[in-house]
Amino acid sequence: MSTSNDPIIEVDGVRKSFGGTEALAGIDLTAETGRVLALLGPNGAGKTTLVRILATLLTPDAGKVRVAGYDAVRQPAAVRSVIGLTGQHSAVDDLLTGRENLEMLGALNHLSRAEIRRRTDAALADFGLTEPAGRPAKTYSGGMRRRLDLAASLVGRPPVLILDEPTTGLDPVTRIDLWAAIERLVNGGTTVLLTTQYLEEADRLAHRIVVIDHGHVIASGSADQLKDQLGRDVIEVRVADSSGFDPAAAALAPLLRDSSVLDRERQRLTMPAPRGAATLSAALNYLAQAEVTVADIGIRRPSLDEVFIALTGAPDGTGASTELVTSTSPQSRSNR
Amino acid sequence: MTTIAAPAPADLAGVRTTPRMALRDIATIARRNLRRVLRTPQLLVVSAVPPVLFVVLFRYVFGGAIHTSSGNYADYLLPTVLILTQLLGATTAVALATDLAGGMVDRFRSLPIARSAMLAGRTIADLGRGALVVLAGLVAGLAVGFRFHTGFLPSLAGMGLVLAFSFAMSWEMSWVALKVKDPETAQVAGFLPLVPLVFASSGFVPVASMPGWLQGFANAQPISVTISAVRALTQGGPTAHYLWQSAAWIAGILVVFGALAVMEYRKV
Repeated sequence: MSTSNDPIIEVDGVRKSFGGTEALAGIDLTAETGRVLALLGPNGAGKTTLVRILATLLTPDAGKVRVAGYDAVRQPAAVRSVIGLTGQHSAVDDLLTGRENLEMLGALNHLSRAEIRRRTDAALADFGLTEPAGRPAKTYSGGMRRRLDLAASLVGRPPVLILDEPTTGLDPVTRIDLWAAIERLVNGGTTVLLTTQYLEEADRLAHRIVVIDHGHVIASGSADQLKDQLGRDVIEVRVADSSGFDPAAAALAPLLRDSSVLDRERQRLTMPAPRGAATLSAALNYLAQAEVTVADIGIRRPSLDEVFIALTGAPDGTGASTELVTSTSPQSRSNR
Repeated sequence: MTTIAAPAPADLAGVRTTPRMALRDIATIARRNLRRVLRTPQLLVVSAVPPVLFVVLFRYVFGGAIHTSSGNYADYLLPTVLILTQLLGATTAVALATDLAGGMVDRFRSLPIARSAMLAGRTIADLGRGALVVLAGLVAGLAVGFRFHTGFLPSLAGMGLVLAFSFAMSWEMSWVALKVKDPETAQVAGFLPLVPLVFASSGFVPVASMPGWLQGFANAQPISVTISAVRALTQGGPTAHYLWQSAAWIAGILVVFGALAVMEYRKV
């Protein structure tokens, strides 16, 4: 069952409200067996609520959830037997050693003593934790804890792994390590559903991305499809020094659209290139007429960040310096 | 490192939790909790202090002023202190709320284990700590004049009753912890309803010295009858009357709060 494309997670019209707030307003999605599905969305989009429903920790108000053919509401025990969950808080017992943490999960998965030993050794080796295995987890670094946490959710060898923001708060090196571990799992046939706020993470790991905002699915597809959906290639201009930013924005005004990004901090302007090379040469002309010195100009595909901003309508997590152009007169906006 | 082994296809044989599996789950979680206690030696030391403190203070502060039928206030007092320190020192609520605030409860709930295993593993492990607290109280009591006046078996049964009551109350505290969720609140909220029960009881002063309207309550409530039963089992006198009342309370508390706690656990 390595990589057939049958759906293993099916979510159909799922709603969930807490008090008066609707966290999920009718979500539909499917995850294919052996693939990585990323749920991408800003804070409060409803990602964690959906994860908790999939992991049988919450009951939906309406809709159907099936994991490996089992109904999450009517057959929660069966669903639990096919999933592994790594939640947002790392569920590692600080006072137990790394090995004891994994052995406990082995016992709770009802494995034999010999099998617990075998899988614990294998998991410790797979996640580079053999050396500190005998130390209490409270002595571990953040990255080691996260790896132990992931290893613990895998001791039961679940065919479906659910990861809620697996790399939040990790340094870049640890993040790349964890990505490699997730990729190895997927190569071994595990289906992964992960939530993330990091577009780079979704771009790198996911076969399919579902963008969620305010409890709705607002887009889905592969990273490439999402980029296509936003539309075509973009032209990116980087001016030589900050004094050139406003003149450049003024000169390029005829080419700027709603999806354009004016990033003053990085002295960078991005705009769509509907006519490809012809638009690029037009941009060069405008800039030459205005005598703006350009450090770099090029045509490229939109980044997932731009897709995300265009879809959710708010620059989330990308810093206040990135402003969305909503009018075609960038002059007035860039003056603020 | 290459790939991590392919997962086995969903095996439905592992889905149903049999009673044997449930017992193993409870043992696994109890062992985890006991290990945590053993690895926090300062908690063990701190747990042993209150029983000693209470025995010595009550014995010498109140002992001179309060006259009980048996005459020996140390004998009268000790069962009270044993019960009081079980409730006062209980860590069930805090420990459970802490697991809840971290991701531990979510992890356990996402595993194919018995719904009651997490709570039973917690309350059983807390019983181990409770036994240590009883021991500390006994040693202090013996030092200030408490004596067993019955045989070995009734005395042992008395200590068993203290722990059985403690076990039942730890389910009440579990329920409170799951309800309030926050560790600090849980600590206070779990103990709060027990304060009037501890003091409006036969524990410190004879019920006959209380106003009439309070006597009925003080005679019938669970802490009073349990203290009276423990007194009878360690000091002699009519036992059966208090013992069955105490046993009924313990069973009732276990059933009611056990069910409430498991219900709350399902939906936290």
